Amino acid sequence: MADPAVDIQGVTHRYGEHTALRDVSLRVEAGRLYGLLGPNGSGKTTLFRILSTLMPPTDGTARVFGTDTTLDPVAVRQALGVVFQEAALDGGLTVRENLRFQGALYRLRGAALQDRIDELLARFDVAERADDPVEELSGGLRRRVDLARGLLHRPRLLLLDEPTTGLDPAARRSFWRALRRLQEAEGTTLLMATHLMDEAERCDRVGILSEGALVADGSPATLKGKLGEETLWLDADEPRALRDRIEAQFGVSTRLVGARVQVAPPDPPTFLASLYEAFGEYIQSATIRTPTLEDVFMVHAGTSPEAPRGRVLARGGSPDESS
Amino acid sequence: MHVLRTIGALTGREILKFVRDRSRVLGAVAQPLALWVLLGLGFQGTFRPPAGMEVEGGYVAFLFPGILALVLLFTAIFSTISVVDERTSGFLQAVMVAPTSRTALVLGNALGGTVLATGQALLFLLALPLLGVRPTLEGMALVAGICVLTGIGFTALGFAIAWRMDTTRGFHAVMNLVLLPLWFLSGAMFPVEGAAPMLRALVWANPVSYAVSGLRHGLYTGTEAATLAGPVVCLLVTTAFAALMLALAVWQVRQPFFRT
Repeated sequence: MADPAVDIQGVTHRYGEHTALRDVSLRVEAGRLYGLLGPNGSGKTTLFRILSTLMPPTDGTARVFGTDTTLDPVAVRQALGVVFQEAALDGGLTVRENLRFQGALYRLRGAALQDRIDELLARFDVAERADDPVEELSGGLRRRVDLARGLLHRPRLLLLDEPTTGLDPAARRSFWRALRRLQEAEGTTLLMATHLMDEAERCDRVGILSEGALVADGSPATLKGKLGEETLWLDADEPRALRDRIEAQFGVSTRLVGARVQVAPPDPPTFLASLYEAFGEYIQSATIRTPTLEDVFMVHAGTSPEAPRGRVLARGGSPDESS
Repeated sequence: MHVLRTIGALTGREILKFVRDRSRVLGAVAQPLALWVLLGLGFQGTFRPPAGMEVEGGYVAFLFPGILALVLLFTAIFSTISVVDERTSGFLQAVMVAPTSRTALVLGNALGGTVLATGQALLFLLALPLLGVRPTLEGMALVAGICVLTGIGFTALGFAIAWRMDTTRGFHAVMNLVLLPLWFLSGAMFPVEGAAPMLRALVWANPVSYAVSGLRHGLYTGTEAATLAGPVVCLLVTTAFAALMLALAVWQVRQPFFRT
């Protein structure tokens, strides 16, 4: 039982000239909810393709409950459920027909399959739509049916690739409720790719991927804790110039995080007053707050997670922060 | 056992999808029917049957086996068009990450398309009394055999091509480039004996020609006219083509899912 659900060691992957993953190592302990955070193009999907045995990594190994994804893909597939970015359902078939089809792929049959389908449909509140064609369901319902599809064979590990993309807030909330119920009922390990901070915030542990490298890995609290307690966050037209001025005059520790300046003085409220006296005209707004996961992301990835892949604005922390 | 269930599930899905889509059912019947009636009646007066062909009904009867082949080709190939989208965004990805064999994925899809194609071709046989043709039992068995084998060959070919395509538009383009010439050069529209030598060589090299010839043997028992070879050779060539295409599709689907 000591095997972690996911154990990735030194995985590098190249598509021709393009390197999608660079020497990524990460572990997900069984029963946990791990969030993989990164902007589009950061390598999340590539990592999922490798874990779900759809392609071997160029270099390195990936293990699921101790089994190598390249050496024994069939055993890995038995332990694995996958919820893709787009629902893997046939729109022309009803909810129940789709789930029966899925059952056939996993050697489920008869009353056991029937009971499992009913159980999942009830748990995810789609029982009354069981005999409707999938194409007539709303996006949120379809997502929950797809979740049921991925869980039909009681996988020990479920991969979710941005499962709430395109859902409105209400549908997103009920999708998360469904995940909670799942974890309570079956203790499934969840590995979820996301670019949404509030979703990452709910994970037991978060890994940040940036340009194919894992630049941070830890619990949300730990990662935020590394950025300090309450600090001062300044918006400015020219953050770089402002930072230089503050450092020259006050000698406190500052950091450029995206387009913001983070200042960590001993007593932020008092410091803010003197700061406004000195550089008020350069500061657009100032906030005193604890760091958020978005700040963590900005520090490590140098860009907003919701932004499309673009230029790296700044790179603060060292990329070896694992805890 | 598990392989059989996967094949069964995939086959069942193809049939369910087809039956639910009324426009597809209608189009699959109406298009060949229109082609048969229009071409058949259009050439009826001017067509000269090859020596030894004693079938009544003139060109309409001559064309009939070719129309059967057309129904088979189109239904079989276009049953695989959904593979293009389902491979990249959804349904088939769930099959790919399931602990089931890749060969079963090909066989299940091919069998589904084959059942549809054969079913429609046999439906067309209802028109036989109109032609005054009364085939023998052995003849019907040969027709059914050719239908199944051609269906398998062309669903497998369609699957292999669809697996490589990124858009359904590309699939359509390739198919039109492949499918229509294969049919035109199969001896379906004109007797091979009367064609120019260069054309004749192409007809001989075309696997579809042997399906058309086989269908002719089955429907018009005893006439050797307008056929390339005997019934046995026709069956053998059609079987070999089906086996080759299945092998191609299986090879294709066993490649790593994403190009690296």
